[in-house]
Formats: sequence, structure tokens, C-alpha cells
Amino acid sequence: MTTNTAPFLSVRKLAKSFGSFQALRSIDLDIRRGEFVCFLGPSGCGKTTLLRAIAGLDLQDSGSIQMGGRDVSRASPSERDFGIVFQSYALFPNLTVIDNVGYGLVNRRRPASEISRRVDELLTLVGLPDQGRKYPIQLSGGQQQRVALARALATSPELLLLDEPLSALDAKVRVRLRDEMRSLQQRLGVTTIMVTHDQEEALAMADRIVVMSDGAVEQVGTPEEIYRRPGTPFVADFVGHMTFLDAVVTGPGQVRVGELDLLVANAAPFAVGTPVRLAMRPEEVRTRSITADTPNRFEATIGDLSFLGSYCRAHLEPTHSRSTRIAADFSTNAMRDLGILPGQVRAVAFPPEALHVFAGSGR
Amino acid sequence: MSDAATPLAMTDATVKLSPPRLSERHVAGALILALCAVLFLIIALPLWALLSKSVEDVEGRFVGLANFITYATTPTLLASLVNSLFVAGLTTAIVVPLAFVYAYALCRSRIPGKGLFYAAAMVPVFAPSLLSGLALIYLFGNQGLLKSWMMGASLYGPIGIIAAETLYSFPHAVLILVTALALSDGRLREAAEAMGTTRWRIFRTITLPGARYGVISATFVVFTLVVTDFGIPKVIGGQFSVLATDAYRQVVGQQNFPMGAVVGIILLVPAVLAFFADRLVQKRQSAMLSARAVPYEPKPERRRDLALLAFAGLVALAVVGPYAVAVWGSFVRYWPYNLSLTLANYDFSAVEPSGWEPYRNSLMLASLTAVIGTALIFSGAYLIEKLKVAPRLRAFAQFLAMLPMAVPGLVLGLGYVFFFNAGWNPLGFLYGTLAILVINTIAHFYTVGHITSVTSLKQIDSEFEAVSASLKVPFWSTFRRVTAPICMPAILNIAVYVFVNALTTVSAVIFLYGADTKLASIAIVHMDEAGAVAPAAGMAAVIMATAITVKLAHLALDRMVFGRLQRWRQR
Repeated sequence: MTTNTAPFLSVRKLAKSFGSFQALRSIDLDIRRGEFVCFLGPSGCGKTTLLRAIAGLDLQDSGSIQMGGRDVSRASPSERDFGIVFQSYALFPNLTVIDNVGYGLVNRRRPASEISRRVDELLTLVGLPDQGRKYPIQLSGGQQQRVALARALATSPELLLLDEPLSALDAKVRVRLRDEMRSLQQRLGVTTIMVTHDQEEALAMADRIVVMSDGAVEQVGTPEEIYRRPGTPFVADFVGHMTFLDAVVTGPGQVRVGELDLLVANAAPFAVGTPVRLAMRPEEVRTRSITADTPNRFEATIGDLSFLGSYCRAHLEPTHSRSTRIAADFSTNAMRDLGILPGQVRAVAFPPEALHVFAGSGR
Repeated sequence: MSDAATPLAMTDATVKLSPPRLSERHVAGALILALCAVLFLIIALPLWALLSKSVEDVEGRFVGLANFITYATTPTLLASLVNSLFVAGLTTAIVVPLAFVYAYALCRSRIPGKGLFYAAAMVPVFAPSLLSGLALIYLFGNQGLLKSWMMGASLYGPIGIIAAETLYSFPHAVLILVTALALSDGRLREAAEAMGTTRWRIFRTITLPGARYGVISATFVVFTLVVTDFGIPKVIGGQFSVLATDAYRQVVGQQNFPMGAVVGIILLVPAVLAFFADRLVQKRQSAMLSARAVPYEPKPERRRDLALLAFAGLVALAVVGPYAVAVWGSFVRYWPYNLSLTLANYDFSAVEPSGWEPYRNSLMLASLTAVIGTALIFSGAYLIEKLKVAPRLRAFAQFLAMLPMAVPGLVLGLGYVFFFNAGWNPLGFLYGTLAILVINTIAHFYTVGHITSVTSLKQIDSEFEAVSASLKVPFWSTFRRVTAPICMPAILNIAVYVFVNALTTVSAVIFLYGADTKLASIAIVHMDEAGAVAPAAGMAAVIMATAITVKLAHLALDRMVFGRLQRWRQR
């Protein structure tokens, strides 16, 4: 599917403003055929605006969009080829499930038998083979969203757009439906863009994630890249948890935080004396098998502990600089094995490869 | 999701893009343009004709503000202005407090029979305004049953007008105040009660401020209704002239169009003020109530409930009583000396050359207005609310759709006279036809229907059009298959509202009817002028019976048919 080298969808210099508010600032983006891409970001970051521009529902002010080799920049939605699923499902309440799914087919003047066969096929595909005669209001939220998905797929669009499709659902249903949607997408190979503000959803479903903030793309990458090698402090902070510390570069691969000298494995080329921000995920703080020559080892007091089910979040106060607070996650296993308690002083370490260095000082 | 699914590729080829069709955007743009043109023609141009007529002399020459100066320096004309303000002010001062307590009884107490009390308050809506005047003549007029209650004072004049206007405007005030009092957060009261607040203090600090905007709105609406009403002063005003009767006399009696236009513009002032006050109030009122507010459930409280029950009972009797007497009077042989019953008064041809013809005309007008008007109003609201093309044109159409709210029927009627009567107007042939009555009535009641449509359209998912576009279904198919069926209750509501109002209105159409298109409400005016009070009451009673029947049929339809037909509304 991805052998085709030309991207299926190319967005160039796309910009849009609402009054004085710049919703999109010159977005460039390529999406390959068959890919599952998530637009991830906080509310107001422009992700939905970008999706609606791609769909042609709200036209951009400037910039171009190519879809399947065709310039669709000014095309109306019906001149583009996509299916769409909304957070609100947007099912037609006065039509049965069958009529909803067949809505786009009836208009194409196909014989009734063919439409009915196709609708059956789609309902089976989304796991609702015998719910066709019901009205939307008689279905659960998860079932309604499956119907909406079947309706969007009915016309075999080249592109599937999902606008926060899972946000209105209960936590359990959400997780199940998200796995099902992902495997369905992989089977059909339909190019898919999903908008979400839920980083867990994006990490679990996407081939690639486009992290957006303030109308601009912060980083594009696989879930692994986004999580392990965040390109900007914003990405580092938005995806997963991150503690930020102010530091100064003291040498190649070396920084100093307060009175603590730390080694960093992937330090960008900063000149000595440059103020930087050091970032660190709570789950990367090491507390097992620490010896005298473990790099970046220091002593810290365990501050307050919050129990979060499978792990505990602790706040560490380094002995040499008590005003700094560093979040650390300890698995329930580690808590039990090591007997971690609030108020203890323990040796902990930052693995050099888990430290991220960003330009600029904090506030 | 099933793994046994057939690969989608199988049917791929069969459902690919159909050939390009007529561009939806062009169709949408053309429809919105057409809507703007229609609204401009039926609303804006007549108003403009009124404004320009007021600065011309009888020969059509521009004279600036000369007519207004003449008006201000003619004592008889100025007297009508003072009379109108006096009558409207006093009526408002009587109606709003009465309606407030009545609405309070309906919303904040546990009195029995709330539905009946509500219905009783609404009775005047279903009759032409002049029926309340006729009813008072039966009770307190020269031959009135209770003439002695007047203690020698004459009913024909300010007393009669104020009493009749009180009856006529009461339901409108109740409607607004019930809405205002129903919108209240029960949690505020519970919090106050938990703190041991006295009842009087709760009323002063929570109930009154909560309903404040409703009271303001009701005040403006009642004042405007009374200032601009034509029917009541016509039948019961005697020699006491007010603005509305002045406008009629200037235009129909003296053919002094410019002076009629001046009076029309003066009538426009309170209505425009009321319109803006109402807009302001609506904004504040909705902001006051958060989405999570809990409606207030009154608890039984014997003394309060008994007092309010007595009050509501008396008021309901005072409202329904006169109408009942008027209906009774229409069947009486010779009021009040021979009270035996007869149908003779319903042989209208004895006093009115066209007999029952006006009633048939009215039915025709109401039906045509309901069908054509509702179709135009709802489709127009759909174009304005749901289509995303031509934002400026849509905003203009929205403005035009809201305009009639600020224009009293009498003023709109004057505008129609000036506009369609003008020598240069190619549409002049419409003057005096049923068509112009239908057009005028649609324009007159446009705004309420428009607001109802928009409210109902706003409640449905805003993404239906997006989904349809993605499925390459044009918006008109979705309008027909989805939007209109979902909004059917609102559409019926509008149709019934327009029907009832078209049946009862006098003010606008009095200038526009022709020899073959005399309406029932106008026949009532003429029969009353000829001294035939009983047939006038009879015709009004027939109108009222028709309007109430249609409303009841609507309620029944809403309950029974929608239960079965619209199965999708129930789980």
C-alpha cells in the first residue's frame, strides 16, 4: 500500500484566521496512502480546523490541498472523496440504521438489491449485523458510532476523516472501539485522519502523529518517536508526563542543575554556558540497583506519594537543592520490593539517555 | 467488528463518483438571493414607502419634516397621541401585575387545574381583538346587563378601551411571564431556604430578580400591543380618538396619505423600542440560567395555594366570562329585553351584503397563509441557518426576517397601501386581491415563525449537512428526508400560529381588502358600525370557534399521530 512514493494527501502553506485569531499558520503536511494519522493537540490548537479544511467544510484563507494527485483547494466537500465521522455521531434520527448506512448509496441510483447487500456487508463489518431495523436512539453510544462509521465507509471513500470519534463514549467502550477501528482500518487500508486531544488514543492508534499547538505543527512522527524523542518542550509536556528543570550547559554532553552535574546522552550542540531546559519523564527515574558509579546518581527525599493504581507518583526533593521537585513514578512492584515510604532519603538516578535538552530557560 | 467481512474492493467499482452535477453552491447561493429578494419586496420596500410618504405632501413633492410639524401643531392630532399613551400606560400598569401573579400561581404553587387556568388565560388569543370590546358592550354598554356597575360613567371611551385592552393583552403577558418564571434554578431557592431565609426575602432577592427581564419584556409587549391595536378603540372608543384610529381616519376617511404615514411612524416608535428591549432581555435571560440549573419544584403550602387559587379563579372568570357572554349574546333575540335564543343573528346577509362570504374569505386567507407562509418561513430559516455560502446575504436575510417583529400590523398595512398603490409600481394590480392579503399577512407574522424555525433548527446536529456533503447527497435531499421531518412539530406549530393570527387580525388588512376579498374581521367592524352588535359578535364567535378547533386539532395531532408516526423519537 505504501509503495507509492507520491503522498496521497499534500497540504501546503495552509492558513486560516477567524477574525484576529490565527487558527492555522502555514501548515505543511504529507500523508501517504493507507496511513493512519492522528492530529493531536489541546483544544484550540487548530486540529479540527485543519481536518475541516481537508474535508472542504471550512475553506482555508490561503494555501493548497492535493488529494490523490488532484488539486482540491477550492473544491466543495461533495467534489472531494472522503467519509467523515463526528463526535456527535450525526446520525439521522428519523431514519433506521439501514437507511442511515445506505444514505449515500440511494443517491447513486443503484438497484435496491445491490444497496441492501452493501448495507448488510457494512453492518457485518462493524459488528452490528442484526440491528438494521432499529432507530439510532435505540442504540448505545458505541453502537451509534459504529453505524456512523459504516455510513462513512459505505461509498468506499479514499479518505476517512474522524473528528474526535471516541470522545463522547465511556472509558471502557472507548478502548474497545479504538482497537476495533484500528484493526478495521488496517484491513481496509483506507487512508485515515483522526483528530483527538487524547494522547493515549493517538499513541495506541496512529501510524504517525501530528502534534499541533497554537495553529502550527510542532512535530510529526511515529508514536514511539513522539514519546521518546519529543522535538519541542511543548510536545514533551503534552505527550506523557515530563518534569522540566532549568540547567546550564557545562561541557559536551554535560549540564548542571543547581549544584548537580549531569551527563546527557543526546545533547544538541549547545555552547558552554547556554541556559537550557532539561526534561525527564517520571517513569525514567531509576531507583533499583543503583551503585556508586551509576551515572547521574543523587540523593533525594521522597515527598508526598499519590497512589494511582498500578503505580505511585512521588515527588522527589534532591538533598542538595530542596526547592526542586521532580516527579517520579514507581511501579507498585518497586514500592513493595524496595519499601519506599514518604520522608525516606534514597539514592536515585537519571539515565543519561532519558534526559532531553531544550533551548531556552524556563519561565 | 467481524473478521468475516468481504473485502470492500468487491463493490468498490459500483459506487464510485457519479458524474458532476449542478453545483450545490450555486443552487444555495441562488436560493439565498431569492429569499433576500422576496423579503426585501414584502417587508423592506413597504416600510420604505411609508417613510418616504411621510416626507411628501399630498401631491408627492418632498416637503421634509413639514408633515411632522403640522402634526405637532394640530391639537386634535396631538390629543390622540396623549390619549394613546394614557390608555396604553394604564393598561400596562393593570395587566403586568395581574399577569405576574397569575403566572406565579401557574409556575410556583401547587394549585390544581393548572392546564385549565393556562387555557383560560389564552382564550383571547383565539378571537379578534374587537370581540373583547363587543363583550364589554354586552355587559356594561348602554344596554348592558351590569350597566348599573358603571355608576353612570360611560363605557364608550377610555374606560371601555382600557378594560377591553386588558382582556386582549392579558394572554401575551402571561405567556412571557410563565416562560420567565419557569426558567429558574431550584438550587438557588434550596440554598436560601437552607440558610433560613424568610419567604418575603426569597421573593425579593431570588424570584423577582430572576423574572425581572420577563417583567420588562411583558411591559414593552403589552404597551406596544395596546398602542397599536385598532379593533378595540374602533368598536368601543366612541369619540375618544387614539393613534390607531387616527391613522385609519387619515388614510381611509380623508385620503390624507402623508399624515397617515406620520401617524404610522409615531406608532413605529414604541414597537421598535420594545423590539430592542426584548432582544436585550433575551440575551440576559439566557445567560442567567446555566445549563446545569435544576428546575424548581414547588412544595405544597396550604395558605399560599388557597390564596393563589382564589386569585387565579377570579382572573380566569374575568377573562373567560366576557367572551362567554358575547357568544351567548350572539344567540339572543333582543339583548337584554328578550333573552330567548335564536340563530337569526347568524344570518349575516340581513346586515352585511356579502353574508357569509367574509368568513369563507378569512378561511381561505388563513389556509393559504398557513401553507405558503410556513413553507417560506421554514425553508428561509433553513437557508439562513444551515447553508454556509454567502454569509453577507444570509445576515441580510436574517435582519429582514427579524424586522416585522418591530412593525405593528397597522403600520405594515399602511406601508402596503403606499407601496402597492403607487402609480409606478408594476405590482399595483395586486391591490385589493386575496394575494396581497396573503403576502401582507405572511410578512406581518414572519418573525415569530422564523424564530421558532431557527430554534428548532439549532437543536438538530449541525453536522448533518457536512455528512450529506461527504456522501455526495445534495442539501435539498437532506432537507426533505431528514431536516424537515425532524422539525415537523415546529413546522406545525408555525402553521397553526399563522393560521390563527391570519383569522383574527384586523389591523393590517383593513387597508388592503377589496370588494371581493372582505374578511370576517373586517365584516365585524362594518356590522358593528351599522349598529348590528349581535351579528358582529356572531361572526367573531365563529372565528373564535374555528381558531380554537384548529388549535385543539393541532394538540390532538401532536399527541396521537406523532406517537405512532414518529416512532424514532422514542426509545
